Formats: sequence, structure tokens, C-alpha cells
Amino acid sequence: MSARPIATTRSAAGLPTGRLAVWWVVVSEIVIFGGLLASYIMHRLAHDAFAEQAAHTNTWIGAFNTLVLLTSSLSAVLAHQAAERGDGPKAARLIYATIVGAVTFLVVKGFEWTFEIQHGYTITSSTFWSFYYAAAGLHASHVVAGAIIMLFVAKDAARNQELHRVELIGIYWHFVDIVWIFLFPLLYIAK
Amino acid sequence: MAHAADIHPHAAHGHHEEVSWWRTYLFSTDHKMIAMQYMFTGMAMALIGGFFAYAFRMQQAFPGMDVPLYGLVTPNKYNVLITNHGAIMIFWVAMPVLIAAFGNYLIPLMLGCDDMVFPRINRLSYQIFLLSAVILLVSFFVPGGAFAGAWTIYPPLSSKAEYGLAPLGSSIFLVAVALEFVAFLLGGINFITTAMNSRAPGMKMYDVPIVVWMIVVASILFMASVGPLIAGAIMLFMDQQVGTAFFDPDKGGDPVLWQHLFWFFGHPEVYVVLLPALGIVAEIITTFSRKKLFAYKTVLYTVFGTGVLSFVVWAHHQFVAGIDPRMANIFTITTLLISVPIAEMLFVYIATLYGGSITLTTPMLWGLSFIAEFLIGGVTGIFLGASGSDIFLHDTYFVLAHFHYTFVPIAIIGTFAGLTFWFPKMFGRMMNETWGKIHFWITIVAFNCIFIPLFITGSAGDHRRIYNYMNFPDSAVPWLQDLRVFATYSLVVMLLAQAIFLVNFFWSIFRGEKAGKNPWRANTLEWTTESPPPHGNWPADQLPNVYRGPYEYSHPDRKEDYWPQNLPA
Amino acid sequence: MAEHAHAEAHHHPNYIRVWAVLLVLLVVSVAGPMIGVQWVTLVTAFGIAIVKAYLVAKNFMHVNIERRFVVYALLTVIVFMLLFFSAVAPDVMKKDGRGWEKPSWKTAPAAAPAAEHGGAH
Repeated sequence: MSARPIATTRSAAGLPTGRLAVWWVVVSEIVIFGGLLASYIMHRLAHDAFAEQAAHTNTWIGAFNTLVLLTSSLSAVLAHQAAERGDGPKAARLIYATIVGAVTFLVVKGFEWTFEIQHGYTITSSTFWSFYYAAAGLHASHVVAGAIIMLFVAKDAARNQELHRVELIGIYWHFVDIVWIFLFPLLYIAK
Repeated sequence: MAHAADIHPHAAHGHHEEVSWWRTYLFSTDHKMIAMQYMFTGMAMALIGGFFAYAFRMQQAFPGMDVPLYGLVTPNKYNVLITNHGAIMIFWVAMPVLIAAFGNYLIPLMLGCDDMVFPRINRLSYQIFLLSAVILLVSFFVPGGAFAGAWTIYPPLSSKAEYGLAPLGSSIFLVAVALEFVAFLLGGINFITTAMNSRAPGMKMYDVPIVVWMIVVASILFMASVGPLIAGAIMLFMDQQVGTAFFDPDKGGDPVLWQHLFWFFGHPEVYVVLLPALGIVAEIITTFSRKKLFAYKTVLYTVFGTGVLSFVVWAHHQFVAGIDPRMANIFTITTLLISVPIAEMLFVYIATLYGGSITLTTPMLWGLSFIAEFLIGGVTGIFLGASGSDIFLHDTYFVLAHFHYTFVPIAIIGTFAGLTFWFPKMFGRMMNETWGKIHFWITIVAFNCIFIPLFITGSAGDHRRIYNYMNFPDSAVPWLQDLRVFATYSLVVMLLAQAIFLVNFFWSIFRGEKAGKNPWRANTLEWTTESPPPHGNWPADQLPNVYRGPYEYSHPDRKEDYWPQNLPA
Repeated sequence: MAEHAHAEAHHHPNYIRVWAVLLVLLVVSVAGPMIGVQWVTLVTAFGIAIVKAYLVAKNFMHVNIERRFVVYALLTVIVFMLLFFSAVAPDVMKKDGRGWEKPSWKTAPAAAPAAEHGGAH
């Protein structure tokens, strides 16, 4: 029963069902992150004490992680380009590169958080840090989920199968990147 | 969940392998089976939620006395009962039955497809949903008790131990709710994608049955509104378990923020459940008055308008919570405005009925009663939407009676309407009409006898969520207590009457009169296939094409009074 | 099922060039706060974030050649988030988490109806 239903092959709205579904996933994720970030911004603007705490985040590490994610977005879109040309193995290699980026991001974050926790900036130190860990943590969980899905997509792509999924996971990945693009100034720069 | 073999295990489109019992019933990817799974889970949870209502109403009617079949209702148990009654009815009954069950069953059939676009994600969404229901039930048995802070979960009652917070139960409750949200996000994506992309050839946007539109719009509303609450639930979970202070004003947080996060979702949520019920009623009244829907496009555009408006009314739940009064002005206006499109839809329904050739079958009785009862609910909402009168009525039983006059039509009347209407398609047999009507009348009369007294007690000042009115001199008066007792007895009658439905339902599955493909002589595509439909719904090369809209009843050019969508001429 | 009828395969932007622009913007946004002027910081930090997001959406996600309704759906939910912010901020930002207190009741003497409705909690 793993044959696709005929329903999946139709496309009355003009785009393939897989891509349509990924866009709706992005829509629902915008509202999740939007709610959390809106709450953070409200608190941030209302409490000057936040700015004081925010000074202790490490802008360089944040910037480095931004660089990592932007580069991983590049490899994701290049993977999509390769998949479009039918070159599954190349797409798979590029997806693996994206996964490397994801892992790098997570490792760096691990070190960053360890450092901060050891210096007393825990999740309960102040509401700023609660938001910091909550928002970055939610984002990181999406990075993990994305990396895992990419593993499956890459495996299939290497055998020239399900190449359309390269674009789909790419859209999700770019969204995760965009969330970080906003998290970076919110958590690291506005001091 | 295993009932008479209604899903042919042999796929209609070319698979010849024997499918195991597990694959057919428990791990099916067939949308019809998944719909049944949601339906039966929802019905089981309804029994639990209804039982809770029985227990706490008995406590109110006869304070301090042992409730038969339950025992003594202590103050904490009372709070647990009301909290979980509310949460169960909304999240584990109304949503799975109206959206997931009817949506899963009807959407592929009405659109002329063989299944949902993502059958395995469909199965996954049910599994996550089932897990969420189990987790909620587990919360009743953990040390420290179940969550007792009302279904609205306001902090600090729901976050600080010094207010009697159930240490484990409260977090388990949050996890259950969060998982339910994930299940419906997944399911919603399936519905929206299928409806947008997989319509039968020839089916234009305005040829889609209204109930499909309603379920899809409901899914979109859900998807666009639940995010902030998911964020809030994460924050509240951390406040409970980790000691953060997102909602603790002593440490820089704000409890009102939770209220906003909750109600930004909570208000669109009521439209999420309302729209499918309205859709079901539309299908029924057109079929049983043999008339086309009075104004299809109007209904569609008002649904879109309602959907958009529903995002700007939420703070009417917070008029007395200390929000900025200027916000209260704005939200009063928007709240009163939103009654207009809903009223418009009801007018369209009434106009549809006018001059029709009406047959009062059981589904039609349910459909008509929906219009009447929901009207009462809607009209009483006006008193609450106006912030001035809400100052007096907020948190009284008036509110409770209002939302039961909206929720019961949605979740109970709407469900019975849909079940009695589509039962022949689902199971290949007819339900017993006589018992159906008896069940209908007892339920409706009892329902009104429960909640009209509660409007009265609410206006007289009965506060919500009170364990024992005898502690309040103003409320402990005999005539008010008489009304509470009367309401409680009516609830017992209503609950007992559901046995009639259950017997009718299950008996008819096995012994009901056999139904053909189209016993109601309706137009939409689901009636063109076998009852029950085989796996794949139609043979693979015979998926229907569509030539006209879904409501071409009593068309002057035609001898018969219905004109199925798939007939070329 | 790779039925891509996209023209993008022929008109795609030079992804590496886009990436380079993003990096430059990143550098600017990190350097901005070092100038020390607050509005400059805000512009470089958030203005650039918006520009970066737009570039990623347009060039990497191909939103610009996607069906129109995708753009509408995305914009709609973003508007909802702005709506949420603007309606909730007056409460959260101004009241410091204690909006339900009535200062006048604190100063008024015991003339306030003292019947504390104890209730069952």
C-alpha cells in the first residue's frame, strides 16, 4: 500500500502537492515563531533590564552561526538545482553539506550555551534568558528535525529517487534560516 | 474500532496482496478507516466528558452528597472535573469528530479522489491524536492529581505551586494539548492540500460542496491561529517545570500575556468547530428540501469574512481582565460585527428552506434544530460581546449557557446530523428512523431544559466554576437551587437518552435495512459509489468527472428532482 | 514525480552571488552597532534582517515565481502576527504585569465591600 494515490498526482491549484503542503507547513510555523518572538519583543521593549542582560550574549558566535546557516542555505539551493537537472548524486552530496552546516550550528550552539550556563546565565536567571533559551531552543529543535529529514531525502536522492523532495526540504530549510536571520539581531545585536 | 467489514481489504486499484487485519483496521492509511478511528475515539471521549458533567452537576444540585457512580466530589475534584470536561469536549470530541472524522471521510469522496494526498501522514496524525488522548487520560491517575486550573489554563493558577498546582498532572495536560495540536496541524495540511489540488476533473471552485469548503477553511483558521498558543504552552510548561517566569509578574513576566496567547487561538477555534457543523447542515437542508443552496457564493464569501474577522475579536474574553480600555472598545465593535456574517449564513439557510419540498427525516430534524438552537447561542453572545454588559455577565452562568447554546449545536447536534445523514454511506445500511426521532426529541428537549435555567441563574449572579453555591448567601436561595436541580435532572435524562442512539447506531450497523448507493437521492459525488465505498473509492479508471455544481435540485430542465454532479447530461 | 514545469532552471539567479551579498549584509549588521548610534544599530540590525529574509525568500525559496496565493498566504500570517503584537503590546508593555490591580481601591478605606467572596478555592 505504498503506492501513491491518484489524488497525489493531481494539481488543480497549479503546483505539485508536495510543495503545496510544505508551504502550508511554513505558514503554520510562521505563526508559532511569530507568537514567541512577538512576546519576546514586547517584553524586550518594555523592560530596560533586558537590554542589560542581552549585552552578555556573544555576538561573534551568533554571527558565525548566521554565516553557517546562510552557507547551508546556499548548499540547499544548489542541491535543488542539481536535482532539477536530474543529478541525484550531486544533490545528495550538497544535502550532506547542508547537514554538516546544521551539525556545525548545533555544536557551536552547544558550546555557546555551555559557556553561558557555566557563567550563571541559566534559563531562570532572568526573563531575557528564559526567552533566549526558549526561542533559540525552539529554533534548534527545528534544525535537528530538518537535518534528520535531510538524511532521508539525501539517501533517496543518491539513488536518483524522489528528487522533488530536495526542493521541498530546501524550502523548509530556508525558512529555518530566515527565522535565525531574525533571531540573530533580536538576541545578539540589539543591545 | 473493529466493526463489520466495511472497507474491502482488496484494493480496487490493482493490488492483489491480502492485507492483514492490522493493516486494515489499526494501521490503515485508508481515509475512511482513519475517519472511523477518529470518530470512535471522539465518541468514547464524549462519554467520559459527559460523565464528568454529570458528576459536577450532581455536586451542584446536591452539595456534599456522594454522587452515584462517582463518590464524593471534593473541591479539588470539582475543579478537575470542570477543567477536563471543557478540554475533552473541545479538543477530544468536537475537533476529532467534526473536522478529522467528517473531513477525512468526506473530502476525498466529495472531491472524487481515491484517498487523501498524504495517506501515511494521515495515519500518523491519528496516531499522534490517539497518543494525546491517552496522555490526557493518564493525567487522571498520576500522583498529585489531574490538572484543575480550568480549560483556559490561566497562570498563575496553572503555573505556581502555591496555588495548589498539580505538579505532574498540569504538565501532562499541556503535553496532551500540544500533541493534539500537532495532530491537527498535520491533518489540516492534508485536508487543505487535497482540497486545493485533487479535485475531480471539471470540478471548479464553485462546484465544491460547501461542507468541504468549510472544513478546509476551518483547517486554515486552525493553522494560522494555533501558533501563539503553542509558543505559550512551551512557555507555560517551562514556568511549571523549570522555574522560568514568563507569566510571573514578580519576576518581569505577565499573566495577561498568556490570556492573549490563549484567546488569539481560542476565538478562531470556536469558528474552527462551527464551520464544519454549518457545512453539514448545508448539505442536509439542501438534500431534504430538494432545493439548491440559496446563495452559494454568498455563503462562501461570508465564510471567508468570518474567518478573517475571527482573528480580531479575541479580547472579548478579557474585557474584565484589566486590558487597556481602548482595546475593549475596539474589540466590542469587531465582536458585534462578526455576528453579521454568521447571521447572513443562517438567513441563507432559511431562504434555502423556504418554498422547498421538505422531508422531516432524522438528519433534517437535526439540521433544522441546529439553526434554531445556534440562533439562541448567537443572540446571547451579543450581550457578552458588548463590553458594558459583559462587566456584569462575565464569568457568570450566562456565559456558560451562551457557549453551550453554541457548542452543543456544533458538537452534538452537528455530529448527530452528520452521522444520521452519512450513516448509509459509511455502513451500507439505514439507521432506524423511529428510534432516531425519539432520540432527537428527548435530546433536544432535555438540552433546552438544562441550559435555559442556567441563563436565568447566570443573570441572577451565579458565578462560574463554583463548587458549592450554598457558601454564597446571594446564591443559596431556594428558587435558584431549584433551577440548578432541574438542570441537573435534565442532564441525566439527556445522557441516558444517548443510549438510544448508541443502540440504534450499533444495531443498524449489523441489522439495519440495506442501503443502496444513494438512499437520499443526493447530488454530491460520495453518493455515486458503493455503500460502503471500496478501498480506492471508485475503480481506478472510473474516478468521476464533474459537470455541474452540487446543489442542482429541482432543476426545471430535468424530470428528476436531483441532478448528480457526475452525470454528463 | 519530478514534474517541474518551472522556467527557473533557465533564469535562476547566481546563487553564489546572492550568498556573497548576504555575507556582506551580515558583516554590515555586525559592524553597525559598533558605531554606537542607536538608530543606526536598529536600521542595520533589523532593516538588514528584513532585506536578508527577502533575498533568501526570493532567490532561494523562489517565492517570486511561485503561485501568487503562496505569497498572499505568507503575507496574511505575517500581518496576523503584526496584529497580534499591536493588540497585546499595550497590555504587556505598559502595565508591567499588574494590569488587574486597581490603585484607587488600595487607597480607599474599608468602605469597599469587604465581603471577600471566599468561594471554594
